[in-house]
Amino acid sequence: MAFEGLSDRLQKVFSSLRGKGKLSEEDVRKVMREVRMALLEADVNFDVVKSFVKTVRERALGAEVMESLTPSQQVVKIVDEELTKLMGQEAVPLNKAPHIPTIIMMVGLQGAGKTTTAGKLANRLKKTEKARPLFIAADVYRPAAVEQLKTIGQQLDVPVYDEGTDHDPVDIVRNGLKVAAEKKNDYVIIDTAGRLEIDEQLMDELKKIQALAHPNEILFVADSMTGQVAAKVAAGFNDQLEITGVVLTKLDGDTRGGAALSIRSVTGKPIKFIGQGEKLDQLDVFHPDRMANRILGMGDMLTLIEKA
Amino acid sequence: SFSARFNRFMANFRSVDEDFFDDLEELLIESDVGYETAMRISDELREEVKLENAKKKSDVSNVIVKKLVDMYGEEGKEEDNSLQFSTDKTPTVFLFVGVNGAGKTTTVGKLAHRYQQQGKKVLLAAADTFRAGAIEQLQEWGVRDGVPVQASKAHTDPASVVYDAVERAVKEDFDILLVDTAGRLQNKEGLMRELEKIKRVITRELPDAPQEVLLVLDGSTGQNALSQAKQFNETTKVSGIVLTKLDGSSQGGIVLAIRNELHIPVKLVGLGEQMDDLRDFDPEKFIYGLFKELIVGASNK
Ligand SMILES: Nc1nc2c(ncn2[C@@H]2O[C@H](COP(=O)(O)OP(=O)(O)OP(=O)(O)O)[C@@H](O)[C@H]2O)c(=O)[nH]1
Ligand SMILES: Nc1nc2c(ncn2[C@@H]2O[C@H](COP(=O)(O)OP(=O)(O)OP(=O)(O)O)[C@@H](O)[C@H]2O)c(=O)[nH]1
Ligand SMILES: [Mg+2]
Ligand SMILES: [Mg+2]
Repeated sequence: MAFEGLSDRLQKVFSSLRGKGKLSEEDVRKVMREVRMALLEADVNFDVVKSFVKTVRERALGAEVMESLTPSQQVVKIVDEELTKLMGQEAVPLNKAPHIPTIIMMVGLQGAGKTTTAGKLANRLKKTEKARPLFIAADVYRPAAVEQLKTIGQQLDVPVYDEGTDHDPVDIVRNGLKVAAEKKNDYVIIDTAGRLEIDEQLMDELKKIQALAHPNEILFVADSMTGQVAAKVAAGFNDQLEITGVVLTKLDGDTRGGAALSIRSVTGKPIKFIGQGEKLDQLDVFHPDRMANRILGMGDMLTLIEKA
Repeated sequence: SFSARFNRFMANFRSVDEDFFDDLEELLIESDVGYETAMRISDELREEVKLENAKKKSDVSNVIVKKLVDMYGEEGKEEDNSLQFSTDKTPTVFLFVGVNGAGKTTTVGKLAHRYQQQGKKVLLAAADTFRAGAIEQLQEWGVRDGVPVQASKAHTDPASVVYDAVERAVKEDFDILLVDTAGRLQNKEGLMRELEKIKRVITRELPDAPQEVLLVLDGSTGQNALSQAKQFNETTKVSGIVLTKLDGSSQGGIVLAIRNELHIPVKLVGLGEQMDDLRDFDPEKFIYGLFKELIVGASNK
């Protein structure tokens, strides 16, 4: 990892600190300073950090210190619990339509991993439910976006509905849904072009597709290496589309992934999956506790505390 | 934006106390400059404000702007942010590296357009043989730009594609060869070694090449960009950074931290998905953009 995690930080500050009983204000202040820095270096949005630190401070002040823990470990335990809570529930499944097809729409910034994740989802659905998904190629802007999806379709043996790049994505989706109805596909996954949340014209296009297709699931796909702006981008997509879930990609890297916390706390929407590689089977369900540990950079400190 | 926030912050300005500098740190952190850099900057500003004995709001504001611009210039004094070309008749080679989805292929397409417009003979090498549709994506750019693309079938060894491209560039007298590589996360050893090999192949054929190894960074990346810069620099000795997607909500403040720690200059900036959306990096403009309203605001007060 490129940055010091909270364990390293605390070890430096508290190498000598021992003590039992109630947490002193001074203890809490010192630990929270380190927590704040660790979260900021993990790219958690500044405002999110601020309110999080406030919550934890209130809970930590006056908390009894457990026999087996040092005061700083006690605060860390509280931090970890609160962070895990904020990260949301474990393994929220994909929404499912009462009648087929279930329609899933992928949205997000350019290069976040939408098309790859569309492939991963289809792969997963095929494996777990023997599903018969159909892709709709609604990205007519990025060069060879259609070829990319078709290649993935071939690899997975999943059909792709496309009309090349000369048609309106809204029409493509309309026609693709008709084909899905005829062919009785149980899932339809719509791959859309990457776009900025401030691009009104392209955001309008998504709203039109949404109004037409009534997706059961609008997945906001986000690069886990995103910095402070993650909160604003996620809020932008959520405000305009009411997303239903989040997929965090590229977590096979060495980022701490603080964007996860920012996105989660500004949208309140569940993180459903994480991308852990470029291959089509590298999609995993999301575990809030693991993500919390990763963001904090806790290493073995948490294991120590968990044993306590 | 940073400047808007800075103005809000200046509007609430009371006096130059510790809170003042806490708020300034916040402002910098929100621009992704990173915790350490934010601290360093605010410490230096604290000194400066004291030194200049600035007390009035407008004085403090001026001191800060001046110092920030100075600091940025200082770090980059020894740097050359212009692109380097072959000094003899052999082709110039630029190698593009970076993590997945950063904007490598698009930047290759945009730069090819620029050189094609300048009347240069440009060749592209499709050395991303891994990602679905990557070769077709570059070929599509080749068609748009009106420049040829050296490509092989998917999943062939990228080093062999690069070898063929270099051979062809020499034989057919191309002025410049732009090599697109597959995205890879910097912690993947095997993939980083593959990149090393690609670079070796180029240098073996053309000892002065590649003239540029350009690390393409997504402008909205947070602190991980530092790790990217470090790792790619270790593997391929990065000569410059391309900062993409600056048309988005982020301003790429992370390059301040990269500049302070690694002294790698930003050379190009991506401002959109079209072929004209590429600019040379202008440090003054960048700083001005980052602190625009602040600079304007300060002189109005
Ligand atoms: N290492 C890694 N790479 C990923 C992951 N998910 C996607 N990628 C890579 O990220 C890059 C961008 O992925 P795409 O699926 O093309 O992203 P997109 O959002 O569809 O991009 P646009 O359509 O251009 O907006 C590709 O190189 C993918 O292979 C992941 O979880 N891990
Ligand atoms: N808004 C905006 N989008 C950009 C810019 N540069 C690239 N993109 C988009 O970002 C996405 C990814 O760009 P690519 O050029 O495919 O990125 P890459 O680094 O080659 O990706 P991989 O080869 O998959 O690793 C595409 O949708 C591009 O159109 C930019 O400056 N601004
Ligand atoms: Mg895509
Ligand atoms: Mg590419």
